[in-house]
Amino acid sequence: MHPLRLTVNGKPHDLEIDPRVSLLDLLRENLSMTGSKKGCDHGQCGACTVIVNGRRINSCLSLAVTHEGDDVTTIEGTADGEALSPLQAAFVKHDAFQCGYCTPGQICSATALLDELKRGEPSVVTKEKVELVDEEIRERMSGNLCRCGAYNNIVDAILEVAEART
Amino acid sequence: MRPFSYSRVADDKAAVAAAGAQNAKFLGGGTNLVDLMKHEIERPETLVDVSRLPHEEIEQTESGLRIGAAVTNSALAADAVVREKYPLLSTALLSGATQQLRNRATTGGNFLQRTRCQYFYDTQRACNKREPGSGCDAIGGLNRFHAILGASENCIAVHPSDMAVAMVALGADAETVLPQGGVRTIPADALHRLPGDTPHIDHQLAQGELITHVVLHKAPQYQMYRKVRDRSSYAFAVVSIGIAFDLLEGHFMKIRIAFGGVAHKPWRAARAEEVLEGKAPSRALFEEAADAELAEAKGQGDNDFKIPLMRRLIVASLTEMTSAQEKAA
Ligand SMILES: Cc1cc2nc3c(=O)[nH]c(=O)nc-3n(C[C@H](O)[C@H](O)[C@H](O)COP(=O)(O)OP(=O)(O)OC[C@H]3O[C@@H](n4cnc5c(N)ncnc54)[C@H](O)[C@@H]3O)c2cc1C
Ligand code: SF4
Ligand code: FES
Ligand code: FES
Repeated sequence: MHPLRLTVNGKPHDLEIDPRVSLLDLLRENLSMTGSKKGCDHGQCGACTVIVNGRRINSCLSLAVTHEGDDVTTIEGTADGEALSPLQAAFVKHDAFQCGYCTPGQICSATALLDELKRGEPSVVTKEKVELVDEEIRERMSGNLCRCGAYNNIVDAILEVAEART
Repeated sequence: MRPFSYSRVADDKAAVAAAGAQNAKFLGGGTNLVDLMKHEIERPETLVDVSRLPHEEIEQTESGLRIGAAVTNSALAADAVVREKYPLLSTALLSGATQQLRNRATTGGNFLQRTRCQYFYDTQRACNKREPGSGCDAIGGLNRFHAILGASENCIAVHPSDMAVAMVALGADAETVLPQGGVRTIPADALHRLPGDTPHIDHQLAQGELITHVVLHKAPQYQMYRKVRDRSSYAFAVVSIGIAFDLLEGHFMKIRIAFGGVAHKPWRAARAEEVLEGKAPSRALFEEAADAELAEAKGQGDNDFKIPLMRRLIVASLTEMTSAQEKAA
């Protein structure tokens, strides 16, 4: 067992864990926060995406012990009480899901994406400067698969929030 | 996953000392190692976490950059100097994996990621890399993604990294700390090895040897990275190419070319470079260079298409890079 202190959605935790536990399993099993989903458990689908210290990562490929002192945000921490975040509201408005299994990962991913845009970070399709076009959003969201194929509406929802922000 | 002990170390000395333990492995972002540990393909008894070593800086040197091994792939790709002076590297990084993975993946770990050969991953199948002496199910099997250069009768796997191809094309050097103390510098193109009779060994580093930095030298004037893949995003390269050169009075100077997706290591196209160096660009010359490099290329069946594909990629990339120049002249 290994000691681990980290903050999840603003709440500090002081734990003892097996070093084999992934951050995803820590959230779901130890902390009973089942918003983050396990799709593949191998870094291939993005359903487990959470935000660590402001950056989105696949929590399934990250050992929880490596997150000493980290600040983790999950889907449970995105809304402000009952008030949806702008992205959550846009997903509802644009019907950006069907079964909803990929949605927590999509929203965490898109939340961090908005900050990446704000910092002017490039993607592989960026020319000189980031432009808010479909292609940019699609490339930046390619790590989040949706078996229901809600991609068009997901892109519309994210673009709307991104445009409102600039 | 097999049990292991985990430790976080504060400096290089502690890292290499801890890695002297039985079957120890360094842990970077874990995006490859943790995946392989889940499959029990990697079974380390000790994990030494080097992701928080003080190697998270990108320093400017007199002529280039010195990149800490713990710098993430996304930080490196977004660095203003890298984008401006080494677009080849930035593009290669951004064309690999996804933002979520790049946010964790480190410069050191990316170099040493293991092959994506599906038989290496499938523990029910024969694989000399995973289980030395067991055979190779990729030979005569499904081998669309496999090697056309430098393969052996024991292994035809390819190295999957985009970043490493860029590092070879840019003539980067890796700096390491040896387990017994002392440091060494290894050119990026000498870091990995061909499979030969020992395909279970991917690279030249000793057990417990730690990559601390990667050094980039003076930025070449012309650079390009191109990746050919089955989907436009989030897919490993079928083949890729990194090219860097200067032009002196319309002639290639210090040209370096590296291929991805064709061999057990990022493939330095030394024969093509030799044909091109000092010459003026022309389509005939590009074709001659491609033919020289691919003279010994050998398909495995499913991947035969990679030979003409690579040939066209070489010619098209060099044409695109030099045509802007021609128009200006
Ligand atoms: C779904 C998926 C898609 C991907 N697509 C691509 C792609 O298109 N292109 C691409 O290039 N890559 C791709 N990758 C691979 C990804 O780039 C690598 O997993 C990543 O770069 C590895 O870095 P890491 O820090 O996480 O390494 P780790 O997983 O932490 O380590 C990898 C290896 O390096 C060793 N190591 C780590 N740091 C050091 C050091 N400082 N010194 C010595 N040894 C060290 C470890 O012991 C281990 O053997 C993909 C991965 C996934 C899961
Ligand atoms: S090609 Fe190499 S990695 Fe793939 S099955 Fe054969 S020995 Fe294993
Ligand atoms: S569950 Fe983590 S990427 Fe699929
Ligand atoms: S909404 Fe069903 S997987 Fe995306």
